[in-house]
Amino acid sequence: MRWSRPLTLAGLAVVPVLVLGLFFVLPVSGMLARGLWPHGSFEPGGVLEVLGRPRVHRVVWFTLWSASAGTLVSVLLGLPAAYALHRLDFRGRGAVRAALLVPFVLPTVVVGVAFRELLGEGGPLGFLGLDGSPVAIVAGLVFFNVSVVIRAVGAAWESLDPRPGEAAAALGARPVQVLRTVTLPALRPAIVSAASVVFLFCATAFGVVLTLGGLKYSSVETEIYLLTTNLLDLPAAAALSILQLVAVVSLLVVAGRLRAVPDPSVARAVARPRRPARGDRLVLATTALLLVLVAAPIATLVTGSLQVEGGWGLANYRALATNGTHQALLVPVTEALVTSLRTAVDATWMSLSMGLLVAVLVTRRSRTRTERRVRGALDGFFMLPLGVSAVTLGFGFLITLNHPPIDLRDSPLLVPIAQALVALPLVVRTIVPVLAGIDDRQRQAAASLGAGPLRALWTVDLPVVWKPLLAASGFAFAASLGEFGATSFLVRDEHPTVPVVIFRLLGHPGAMNYGMALAASVVLAATTAAVMFAVERLRVPSVGAF
Amino acid sequence: MLTLENVSVSYDGKAAVVDVSLDLPDGEVLAVLGPSGCGKSTLLRAVAGLEPTGAGRISWDGSDLAGVPTHKRGFALMFQDGQLFTHLTVARNVGYALRLRRTPDAAKRVGELLELVGLEGYGDRLPGTLSGGERQRVALARSLAVEPRLLLLDEPLSALDAGLRERLAGELREILRAAGTTALMVTHDHEEAFTVADRLAVMQDGRVVQEGVIAEVWRAPADPDTALFLGYARVLRGDAATTVLTAAGLPGAAAVAVRRSALSVSADGALAGVVVSSRATPEQVRLVVDVAGLGEIDAVGPLDVHPGPGEGIRLAVDPTRLAVIPGA
Repeated sequence: MRWSRPLTLAGLAVVPVLVLGLFFVLPVSGMLARGLWPHGSFEPGGVLEVLGRPRVHRVVWFTLWSASAGTLVSVLLGLPAAYALHRLDFRGRGAVRAALLVPFVLPTVVVGVAFRELLGEGGPLGFLGLDGSPVAIVAGLVFFNVSVVIRAVGAAWESLDPRPGEAAAALGARPVQVLRTVTLPALRPAIVSAASVVFLFCATAFGVVLTLGGLKYSSVETEIYLLTTNLLDLPAAAALSILQLVAVVSLLVVAGRLRAVPDPSVARAVARPRRPARGDRLVLATTALLLVLVAAPIATLVTGSLQVEGGWGLANYRALATNGTHQALLVPVTEALVTSLRTAVDATWMSLSMGLLVAVLVTRRSRTRTERRVRGALDGFFMLPLGVSAVTLGFGFLITLNHPPIDLRDSPLLVPIAQALVALPLVVRTIVPVLAGIDDRQRQAAASLGAGPLRALWTVDLPVVWKPLLAASGFAFAASLGEFGATSFLVRDEHPTVPVVIFRLLGHPGAMNYGMALAASVVLAATTAAVMFAVERLRVPSVGAF
Repeated sequence: MLTLENVSVSYDGKAAVVDVSLDLPDGEVLAVLGPSGCGKSTLLRAVAGLEPTGAGRISWDGSDLAGVPTHKRGFALMFQDGQLFTHLTVARNVGYALRLRRTPDAAKRVGELLELVGLEGYGDRLPGTLSGGERQRVALARSLAVEPRLLLLDEPLSALDAGLRERLAGELREILRAAGTTALMVTHDHEEAFTVADRLAVMQDGRVVQEGVIAEVWRAPADPDTALFLGYARVLRGDAATTVLTAAGLPGAAAVAVRRSALSVSADGALAGVVVSSRATPEQVRLVVDVAGLGEIDAVGPLDVHPGPGEGIRLAVDPTRLAVIPGA
């Protein structure tokens, strides 16, 4: 009896810890070792030498600058939309909500392609001359991340008790003063956590920067990719990975501190959304503007894909069954789509089973302080993939899992495993709040009525958790379909996924190849959007919240 | 029969239950009474198998329960807030344990149980649509459905408002009697304990300080704290105790616990005092009187007598509303 609890804890923890150790800690530390022990002996000087290069300075500066700008704009545009979509009641609210959620799971490569199509020479906004400029990159980052702000802050706003605000108003505060003195302080934890996650995503964005910035503008993430694949300068890539790892972990720690508020208890009371009033015009206008900003690149992408040789047609889509002009591809896009779907199914069940185990593990009530600490540490441990860039992970896989005893170079499971790890934090963060919200005494009540542990799980946990579970699997599926960073390292040439194929098509000359890239992007975007609309219908508040 | 021998439970290194020994014969209802934080709920959870015991032995009919998980103990636990399964109807909540056991004729039994708790026809409702009192009745029916060897009640009525609590306490007693259920109830409300239980154990700081048949405990509290917790208004010591006891025609003692209604206005009362304040309630007039040799003390009067502050009155002492505290 006395040892049964620690043993259960250890038993539940052993599988996820081993998996994360093998497929995350090992590759990432292998990558670190590449930088710090370049010739078998400890030489941190190499890292310092790389960090002293002028190009690296430019890259680091650009990363910080673009990520800060992207975060700032995302928060400024996202807050009004979060309010409008969660506190106001108007026709079409659900549809707008779902539409604004789509960009987040849109494959980064697709977002890059869409922005090039929009801002490029022949595009509707080509006259602005923004193609290939830092502004385009920031716009791409905002497009991608504003939904994170809307989801995370919106969920908090929706369940915010309106009464303190009403009390302030009754004491004579004007609406703006209520916002400044009551509402925003109450939302601070949600805003800070959304902003830090967005900064993280912006700073480690890969597909968007690579497709929009090319060689001219490079972030740390794309630089690692270029150093590894084009220049074969592995120690330099490792040095940058170390820099990124340190920066990201410190960011997560700082964000965790900032998020802590004196009184974490929040009075939860879901207020009925109200009809928009005159004062809400600015908010609604911002939301409408945001909708246009999100719709414009997608619309241009779709029209672009339907244009052929000065006319309209489906030739680009028909070409998806071919290998492209000049044999740009080894396999037709249709086959890549099948590979993508198959990979996504594998990645989904992997991340889901891992995520469920982890969620159960970290939410079970702790009896002692030590137990609570262990659970807290495990919680942080499983969030690590959120902090380590996919490129670093893919790179690490490449250099550590390629020799006995673990030689997975040719395993078809390598790509899904990497994608599952990338999706793991999303799955855990979707399920944990739901499991944590279940009163433990419900399980105790079931037990006292004669239900064994499994039966209690069935009676108490499952009815509450099945919807979030389904939503999380949709989320993981969509994330896997669009994953590009790690996949681009690991995928085998003869079995590429769709994002990899799109990137390859972009790199090959020929109008048909470009048209095919657009068509493939539309197909991929439609698939992920369909999955996300299904997820949104489940109405799980914790989806996309961190 | 439930037997606890020298049971201790500690929570994160802090002792919550210390060296508790209790017996609960079949068919009896034992109330564990104590202030919040005294360890009574922890004791209940230990009996349920939800909290591991640090030392001592909990046994049922002589067989040790250590290592027997909650769901195999056959003890049904009813929580303060019911903990109904909100996604199941009332009937499915009540029939939960019957389904686990694949009992034939479960529907009929559920009907009987709902009738027992006065909720016929509620079977298809969802818990969310019920009032607090109705929910507790459903929780009780659900716990009784298993015909538990022992029913554990964790402050079963304290989430309800006063009037409902009083009524339900009476009903709870009837229902437990009718079903012949052995029950262990923890509560901080002495009225509730008196209404429902046969025996009483008073807990303070993790220890059982007094245990016995309810009327005996009530008549002779073991120490001043227990007396106050059992609803005595004051504990008088020394000369004050002697004064009151003498006025009641009893031999003197070192300390005596006095109920609020022990002193009442009476023209030929043995004590004289001056009214400090008075307040009418629907039942009686409540007074604070300054009595020579006692200081300020509570007293009651009938509603037709309403002396104002400063008025001199005489008070009689009812010996049945005093309790001599030994050794204090």
